[in-house]
Amino acid sequence: MMKRPEEQIPALGVVTDVRRDTPDVKTFRVVSPEGKKPLEHMPGQCAMLSLPGIGEGMFSITSSPTQEEYMEFSIKKCGHLTSWLHELEPGQMVTIRGPYGNGFPVETELKGKNLLFIAGGIGLAPLHSVINYCRHYRQNYGDIEIIYGSRSMDDLVDIREIQEEWEPEEGLKVHLTIDRPQDGWNGHVGFVPNYVKELNLSLDKTVLICGPPIMIKFTLQNLQELGFSREQVYTTMELRMKCGIGKCGRCNIGSKYVCKDGPVFRFDQLDELPDEY
Amino acid sequence: MLKIALAGIDRLFAAIAASKKLYLPIENAGEVEFSEYSEGAKVRLDALQTVKSAKDAFFPFTENMMQFHTDGKNISVEAAKRVDEDFVVFGVRACDARSFSILDKVFLADPPDSFYAARRAHGIIVGLACHRPEETCFCTNFGIDPTKPETDVTAWIEDGVLYWEAQTEKGKALTEEISAFLEASDEKAVEEQRERTKKILERLPLANLDLSYFKTHPELEIFKRPEWKELSSHCLGCGTCTFVCPTCQCYDIRDYNTGHGIVRYRCWDSCMYSDFTLMAAVNSRKSQVERFRQRFMHKLVYNPINHEGEFGCVGCGRCLRKCPISMNIVKVAKTLGGEQA
Repeated sequence: MMKRPEEQIPALGVVTDVRRDTPDVKTFRVVSPEGKKPLEHMPGQCAMLSLPGIGEGMFSITSSPTQEEYMEFSIKKCGHLTSWLHELEPGQMVTIRGPYGNGFPVETELKGKNLLFIAGGIGLAPLHSVINYCRHYRQNYGDIEIIYGSRSMDDLVDIREIQEEWEPEEGLKVHLTIDRPQDGWNGHVGFVPNYVKELNLSLDKTVLICGPPIMIKFTLQNLQELGFSREQVYTTMELRMKCGIGKCGRCNIGSKYVCKDGPVFRFDQLDELPDEY
Repeated sequence: MLKIALAGIDRLFAAIAASKKLYLPIENAGEVEFSEYSEGAKVRLDALQTVKSAKDAFFPFTENMMQFHTDGKNISVEAAKRVDEDFVVFGVRACDARSFSILDKVFLADPPDSFYAARRAHGIIVGLACHRPEETCFCTNFGIDPTKPETDVTAWIEDGVLYWEAQTEKGKALTEEISAFLEASDEKAVEEQRERTKKILERLPLANLDLSYFKTHPELEIFKRPEWKELSSHCLGCGTCTFVCPTCQCYDIRDYNTGHGIVRYRCWDSCMYSDFTLMAAVNSRKSQVERFRQRFMHKLVYNPINHEGEFGCVGCGRCLRKCPISMNIVKVAKTLGGEQA
């Protein structure tokens, strides 16, 4: 794809499908006006979506790079722009630019590793891309284990794919949990950080974690108690962004810009930066 | 070296302005700012500094980036025109001139900002040497020589005469265009002025700041210094320091519905403002302590880390003069960097 002459001028995209995943999460399928995938990316990278007149925001790309037809974004309704996005109907154009950020090191540090994905709520969105990428290039990775929790069974994002495609797959273990008991739920009940301690995890795993800050904090604590080191754990950050290319000066954590140097960091890297996030 | 008598300099300005936009320090309502020249404008080459810096010429206070048209579910986008004609910024002091090279490292880094890049490509800068620095000036701490700005043309004013020396190809081309107004001169008056100015510079109260602390200690250690709380305690969060600063780069991108389409523009923003980092769910910098610390960490620590040891300050002294509570980068540097700073 040709590099645009100015990164901050977006391309156009068409929303071809809007899927309601949970009461406050919708997944948007986006193609270019020509009907193709709008841009190429690596797992964990992000793109700026906008509705002219409403605003522009950075969203992690939920679909895997191996999906060649379109891109998908799972977006939680939580503010001004996302409320407008949730009102979209198929056929609506949006603007799109990217990809931005470093992504997860799927071709380097993660290669050949046993992988443990830990997600809470909408935190599955950026990991979703990595999980499906690793499933596609299955021979490049060891065991894959996924721990995913949310408030209730209705808040599990894209549960159909998890149950129909991930759970039956050989060499891939899925552990789902919800915060409180609920009629019709036969699975595990309890918070993700506690569940992590109950699962008897082997320490030879590289961990990718994303979710609410409080979940990340306690999960990381518990992982360390189990014997995991901070060098083994990756996460992806989110701060307010405008330009996406390290110029507008907004999304820095210390000397690093999340849009350009992140959003993916290892915890030992974050330890050297101010904890202003 | 060339020269022109100041008495006839309006003719020079008119000649430049006939073919190019010309920006100069011009007094308007009692304040001197870089503004476009027009006949009769009150040009103030004697003013040591404009209120805002000269960065406006390359990174304007506000500029349109694109326009959208919407029609039902369809959108079209039209990028704003980049500057494509040469222009001259006349009377830039050495501190502001250095700020452009600091901004270059941000805006021209890959991927380059095409709006800024176009202005840099078409802008011709005539620098003006300082000979009466003020007590708030501390540019020499950053290796800046205010007696010879690093610009396309360097000019000196001494005894009613403006001396002129082209430094770059752009400067030579401009000099050729206006050569009819200039006559040859020796360098004696300029050399004498530079020697005199250098003696004044050595005696300035802020001539010898020791900023080494900020390059020799880890960012996390400096970030965690307890003094930030006290230093920031009176900060009003007005953002004045960021708006007069020649190296502040932060900007916002916003949409505006004109009634005939939607314009997406950018404008200067300030890390001193509470909504700068505000997201739907949280704000990563909750109080003025964090915002204040961000500004000075950026100038004194993050900039050197990311840009080969270069501080994000040129010592122009504008923030020293303009801060309503008299807090500034020098006080921060002295408090954190030791008393000898």
